[in-house]
Amino acid sequence: MKRAAVPAFALSVLYGCAWHQQSALNPGGPQAAKIDTLWWSFFWLLGVIFIIVMTVLLLTLTGRRANMEREALEVTHKASPQTESQTRRIVTGATIITILILFVLIVASVGTGKGIADLGFKKNPLTIQVTGNQWWWEIQYINGDASQTLVTANEMHIPVGRPVQILGQSQDVIHSFWVPNLHGKRDLIPSRTTNEWIEADQPGAYRGQCAEFCGLQHAHMALWVIAEPEDRFDAWMRAQLQPAASPSTQETIRGQQVFLNNACVFCHQIRGTTAGGQNAPDLTHFGSRRGIAANTVPNTKGNLAGWIVDPQSMKPGNHMATIAVNSTDLQPLVDYLESLK
Amino acid sequence: MRIAASAIIITLLGLTGCQREKRDIRPSPADLAIYGDAAKESTLRPGGPVTPQPVVNNPYNASSYDISEGQRLFNWYNCSGCHANGGGGIGPPLIKKEWTYGGEPANIFDTIVKGRPNGMPSWGGRIPAYQIWQIVAYVRSMNGEQPTSATPTRADTIQTNPQNLVNRVSGQTK
Repeated sequence: MKRAAVPAFALSVLYGCAWHQQSALNPGGPQAAKIDTLWWSFFWLLGVIFIIVMTVLLLTLTGRRANMEREALEVTHKASPQTESQTRRIVTGATIITILILFVLIVASVGTGKGIADLGFKKNPLTIQVTGNQWWWEIQYINGDASQTLVTANEMHIPVGRPVQILGQSQDVIHSFWVPNLHGKRDLIPSRTTNEWIEADQPGAYRGQCAEFCGLQHAHMALWVIAEPEDRFDAWMRAQLQPAASPSTQETIRGQQVFLNNACVFCHQIRGTTAGGQNAPDLTHFGSRRGIAANTVPNTKGNLAGWIVDPQSMKPGNHMATIAVNSTDLQPLVDYLESLK
Repeated sequence: MRIAASAIIITLLGLTGCQREKRDIRPSPADLAIYGDAAKESTLRPGGPVTPQPVVNNPYNASSYDISEGQRLFNWYNCSGCHANGGGGIGPPLIKKEWTYGGEPANIFDTIVKGRPNGMPSWGGRIPAYQIWQIVAYVRSMNGEQPTSATPTRADTIQTNPQNLVNRVSGQTK
């Protein structure tokens, strides 16, 4: 009874994975659908072969000894010509079948690989440059018009049904861009640009993660790809292109002063203020984002205060400076940053 | 049997000698404070007897982690904008033996905190003290003033050879 519980538990865990948000088996776009089809065809074909091989093996082990074996083991240590030719036929047949199956698998695999390499010649593509950093993602919407170029971090919005070209780069070490529900992995390599096309065919929030070990906080380097209808995407883009909201209350005005008078400005940018650092996530519309510290924790005032006061306890080894914020300055600072919708 | 057992014991004893460098990734609150006077440039002071100068050690010294963090910050905070990779540009070179304002860790710390005439800005009150110490550790490593166990054998930028520096200053050629 207990023995049965272990595989049953493992299966239930697998079941949980398959329908989870971040899963290649829950495709949200045409390429992921192709990968999904390939995965299931491998699964069923190889599963059937596995069961056949195991059945034959078990029958051989538990069944009555055949003539072949008795001859070979007990009498002469040499098979008779009759057994020899029978064995040869079986082995030859099995080899041919194996080669054929492998050939079919290769054709399926290469075909899928070619199929997902691009999206054909679709109109009106969107180009997004994704730059891996230890340990966060810079997202830059490339546009010929400089006023339409948007820089944000850790959260990417894409319109449904429109092809998106991901240009991958890295600032420090090799990272890998992987949003399983949309496509396979693509490495981000320093001083090199890699290319990937994605497309979402249904609205939703797809979680992605760095898929190449990149140091201490590799596990806490996540991003959200939010696919939404074209009109909502355009509205989001228009809002993001605006400079940061000016602080309106006394509290947030104080918070902005705290931000501008601390080490924050050396690394972070808030468009519309004098803060122009380029080393860390752009905070112009920080309040509109889902998570803090590359989606390590949800974006709430409490988490933000904890993150500012002691970043090393939340994400040890990360590159955010630990600064001494006065207790009276913390609340205005948090209020100001959260007001940047 | 006895040989095998003693070999195992010796190996285990050898392993106790291994240690990983301790990384202080979480700075102590004391090192977040911004303080300006790590060193005094002169022993003269108004009134009273001359007091000996206390030696201030870099709390983030001799660790490869802190030196590499210093190197990252050297670029992030744009020290490289004026000093280039230590070879100098708008600002003076940092690979040298004769320092205008002193080359001891406490002197370099003060130079960063207070700024200096003719262009060096004051970073005190902006960069947390522990990061300034990390930058100090990196600047000193450019001159070979950090243990070789903590510095890379091959630098990312300018390769300095401390031996050459010594010779250049003393005027000897080898």
